[in-house]
Amino acid sequence: MADDTRGNGERKEPPADEAQLSARLQRLGDRLAEANRSSDQRTGSRPAADTSGFARGFRLSTELVVGVLVGGAIGWLLDRWLGISPWGLIVLLLLGFAAGVLNLMRAAGVMPERHLDQ
Amino acid sequence: MDPIHQFQIVNFFPLFKLGKADIYFTNSALFMFIAVIGLTLFMVGGTAAKRTVPSRLQSAAELTYEFAANMLRSTAGHEGMRFFPFVFTIFMFVLVLNMLGLVPFAFTVTSHIVITAVLALTVFFTVLIYGLARHGLHFFNLFVPKGVPVYILPMIVAIEILSFISRPISHSVRLFANMLAGHIALKVFAGFIILLGSALGVVGWIGGILPFAMIIALTALEMLVAFLQAYVFAILTCIYLNDAIHPGH
Repeated sequence: MADDTRGNGERKEPPADEAQLSARLQRLGDRLAEANRSSDQRTGSRPAADTSGFARGFRLSTELVVGVLVGGAIGWLLDRWLGISPWGLIVLLLLGFAAGVLNLMRAAGVMPERHLDQ
Repeated sequence: MDPIHQFQIVNFFPLFKLGKADIYFTNSALFMFIAVIGLTLFMVGGTAAKRTVPSRLQSAAELTYEFAANMLRSTAGHEGMRFFPFVFTIFMFVLVLNMLGLVPFAFTVTSHIVITAVLALTVFFTVLIYGLARHGLHFFNLFVPKGVPVYILPMIVAIEILSFISRPISHSVRLFANMLAGHIALKVFAGFIILLGSALGVVGWIGGILPFAMIIALTALEMLVAFLQAYVFAILTCIYLNDAIHPGH
């Protein structure tokens, strides 16, 4: 009986330790991931941090403008090919604007990159 | 005096005929040639001796290797290293062309959108073809973000596709426009000196010190921009290649 409880206790002890250990590992993993992510972001926005605001603004504005332009161009071509003027232009210009904002937010690092690992 | 004149393509001699078009050896081709030869000499010369204690040239070559390798590894992971030759070539090519453009009387190849567009499209199609070859149709998961409600999914996919298509354009326009704007600004400020001098005589020449100081500052800034834009071009290449290697999970 006593042996049993001790055995139980001993058997319980390692799992508790393991639980603790795995919890610590988990925390460590989280912190590493966090550090990696922030260092990734730092490398990602490194050029922006080093350059003048002009270069950063230019970079971000191209993202937005190009999105709108590409949307508009595709919409215009669809209109010409399918003869659905002006709906293609209207819809794709709006979608292009959304794509431009998406690009902009990705470039600014506000939004995570499209590949969400794990 | 014309700030755009520096971007003119000059035909040196005809090379061959492609269909009805004559293909010329131009000043742009000449500077690309210089860049490639210079780079080849630099890398071959830097790696020829393979000393444990590197010479200056070898050290410089190793430095560029380390820089590009770290950039690629940190963005695309170890698997991305299979693209190292590609990324390194693009990075060094653009960097050397940008820097060559700052030499007085030199031609800036990267200030022409044809060049940057071809580079960006090469990256774009590499991503597309490699992604499709490696992941098959799973590659298109790139356009389908996880955890999006079904009813707005079609719109999100359309937006993601547009964002994907717009990438080579912003990729190429950024480099081209930065180089173009920088070189025009330099030429405009240089033109001010001549204008002041010819209009106001001695007072004008003395006043010309101000734009001259500006040119010196701008040249330093342009050197930074030349490096930075090559770096940005290369790191975006890495980020896009990363999409081909690990499209949305």
